[in-house]
Amino acid sequence: MTATPPSIPEATAPRLRVLAAMSGGVDSAVAAARAAEAGHDVTGVHLALSANPKSFRTGARGCCTVEDAHDARRAADVIGIPFYVWDLAERFREDVVEDFFAEYEAGRTPNPCLRCNEKIKFAALLDKALALGFDAVCTGHYATVVRRADGGRELHRASDMAKDQSYVLGVLDERQLAHAMFPLGDTLTTKDEIRAEAERRGLAVAEKPDSHDICFIADGDTRGFLAKRLGSAEGDILDESGARVGTHEGAHGFTIGQRKGLRIGHPAPDGRPRYVLDISPVENTVTVGPAESLDVSALSAVRPRWCGAPPRGAGTYTAQLRAHGGETEVTAEPVGDGRELRVRFAEPVRGVAPGQAVVLYDGTRVVGSATIASTERARPLPTAAE
Amino acid sequence: MANSAYFDHAATTPMFPEAVRTMTEQLTVTGNASSLHGAGRRARRTVEEARETLGEALGARPSEVVFTSGGTEADNLAVKGLYWSRRAADPARTRILASPVEHHAVLDAVRWLADHEGAAVEWLPVDTYGRVHPDALREAVERDPSDVALVTVMWANNEIGTVLPVRELAAVAAEFGIPTHADAVQAVGQLPVSFADSGLAALTLTSHKIGGPYGIGALLLGREHTPEPLLHGGGQERDVRSGTLDVPAVAAFATAARLATERRPEFARDVGALRDALVTSVRAAVPEAVLNGDPDPDGRLPANAHFSFPGCEGDSLLLLLDARGIDCSTGSACTAGVAQPSHVLLAAGADPELARGTLRFSLGHTSTKAEVEALAAAIGPAVARARSAGLS
Repeated sequence: MTATPPSIPEATAPRLRVLAAMSGGVDSAVAAARAAEAGHDVTGVHLALSANPKSFRTGARGCCTVEDAHDARRAADVIGIPFYVWDLAERFREDVVEDFFAEYEAGRTPNPCLRCNEKIKFAALLDKALALGFDAVCTGHYATVVRRADGGRELHRASDMAKDQSYVLGVLDERQLAHAMFPLGDTLTTKDEIRAEAERRGLAVAEKPDSHDICFIADGDTRGFLAKRLGSAEGDILDESGARVGTHEGAHGFTIGQRKGLRIGHPAPDGRPRYVLDISPVENTVTVGPAESLDVSALSAVRPRWCGAPPRGAGTYTAQLRAHGGETEVTAEPVGDGRELRVRFAEPVRGVAPGQAVVLYDGTRVVGSATIASTERARPLPTAAE
Repeated sequence: MANSAYFDHAATTPMFPEAVRTMTEQLTVTGNASSLHGAGRRARRTVEEARETLGEALGARPSEVVFTSGGTEADNLAVKGLYWSRRAADPARTRILASPVEHHAVLDAVRWLADHEGAAVEWLPVDTYGRVHPDALREAVERDPSDVALVTVMWANNEIGTVLPVRELAAVAAEFGIPTHADAVQAVGQLPVSFADSGLAALTLTSHKIGGPYGIGALLLGREHTPEPLLHGGGQERDVRSGTLDVPAVAAFATAARLATERRPEFARDVGALRDALVTSVRAAVPEAVLNGDPDPDGRLPANAHFSFPGCEGDSLLLLLDARGIDCSTGSACTAGVAQPSHVLLAAGADPELARGTLRFSLGHTSTKAEVEALAAAIGPAVARARSAGLS
């Protein structure tokens, strides 16, 4: 399989009317500045995603506070572009926060950033932008959109693999990509250089720390956030043989592959660390075991989204299974009339969590993505009789 | 870069050149109006002359003029201060009768008293124009006249421009010895406002809405009322509002108040005619646009036009007009910059969807026919486009 086909870089495109989504952070500020410098007619917009901004993070991190809106506004002032705050709190609550609860409640581990890109930034926001006469939405993501000679679009990894965010954009289809602009994706720029560029451009957000956590969880305590909504129900922590080794306060507080915070009093008989292997919301049990039991040989995923035509039959790809995760060789095939995706790993991989996305790549090109529904263990769980 | 058509005079309006002159002259002069020496006496004289000018312009005695930092402070001083002093005189007085269409400076002060000071708030019913009727106030007062701390109703609404019958309302309250406060920030300069004739205990006005500088306003306050102060200190302004007076701002405010009231009849005629032309052209371009507030010219501010555009989001319209060089507002400004459905329209019983797609066009002393024509050309395409973006 080949890497990049012949392409026309986006930079040579004509002057566009661009809506720059500005979170208040350094990346989206520099992205907006670069778009304006490239000669596009740029308007900045900050998305208010919380109905009550003060209930969200109050520090310098995150993306939803009154302070972030202020930082975005000041960046727009310096760039010299009009700026507005749009209230998408209701859509965000319905499409991202409620989904987040529902997924955890079902024992899965969702990625709300992906969901936000799919449902908010490149759906609600993009649709509104297009209707209002804009040509594109610009964000500070590190990824590259390539326009093929035939006019179609491809999403590629950022030039700098270390910062690549194509994984969280893997849900975008060709139509969405045709109206997406990622000015940070096509240059080899370290974060320090982006900060230096912000400084040089007079953007006060240059020194602002990166946001890593989930923007709508104010204190970063995901388990506490979930417990407040989903309640706590004490259940058993089991080992692979089904023996009870501890208790937990709600199965939704766990993620496949999690090691910390299991609060199992006594060590495993073999003295080795234990990991979450399985979560059963119906029985309200959490199964733990050794690291090698996390090995998975295949997975099945739902809601496939393809960037371009869906592949016919099986193909070999590289796959990424979590944000900031590595690549792994796979064979993948759409099944069930294209409603599902079967993925088999060349070598077993560890810690695959249902709810996360599997994104398929052909070289640097994103082929498509799907939501992991179930996994097949490389080593079956021993039965109690064994 | 400034836009070419400005329709947000209700947010703030350009200073009169005469007020700029007064202010710049005073900025070069030193003197604290509370000082006892020559420089202080000179500053004090400037302040007292301004107080007399302002009082004369608004039918108030000079001693009834209490300078504040602006409309928000004057509203807070009247509402909280009168609540505290009336309750101190009789602990039974904890009921506040307020219109639900008030500016946030009143609305939130009242709510704060309810949340923190044991006030029982009663929102007076309003008609579809946002107007409180004297009978409704009488009904509310008569239920128990002895427990009412104060009545607060605005003279004219800042969003939809409806004029409230403040004199009649104040007369009802006065029958029972209850003080009435009116926020007249939008009324001054557009309607005849006489404090003496109004029967009000307190009246709020602010300078930057009538051609004066920012940061200065006044509470006209009857001599018999002594609201508990918000600011304690040097005892300036009848001991009701401590703080060194901003002499240049006070002087320029008085100049603006004098000019705005002197020129009011011509303003109402000329700007009213421009406003009528604006309404006609918006309706011609967008036949389904709904004019909010009282359609009768006598019942609304002459410089106000406020529309709902069905199927449109107000912030979409604002962006599209802004891009065409036209400044207007979706309602009253909000700190976070997030457009909210208008509480005024909701209180007046409007459909919540119509309350989201609103624009306020407010005119002023610098408004021109060319600005109205620019809007007439832009509004049709903007509404068509915003409608295609729909309600998010």
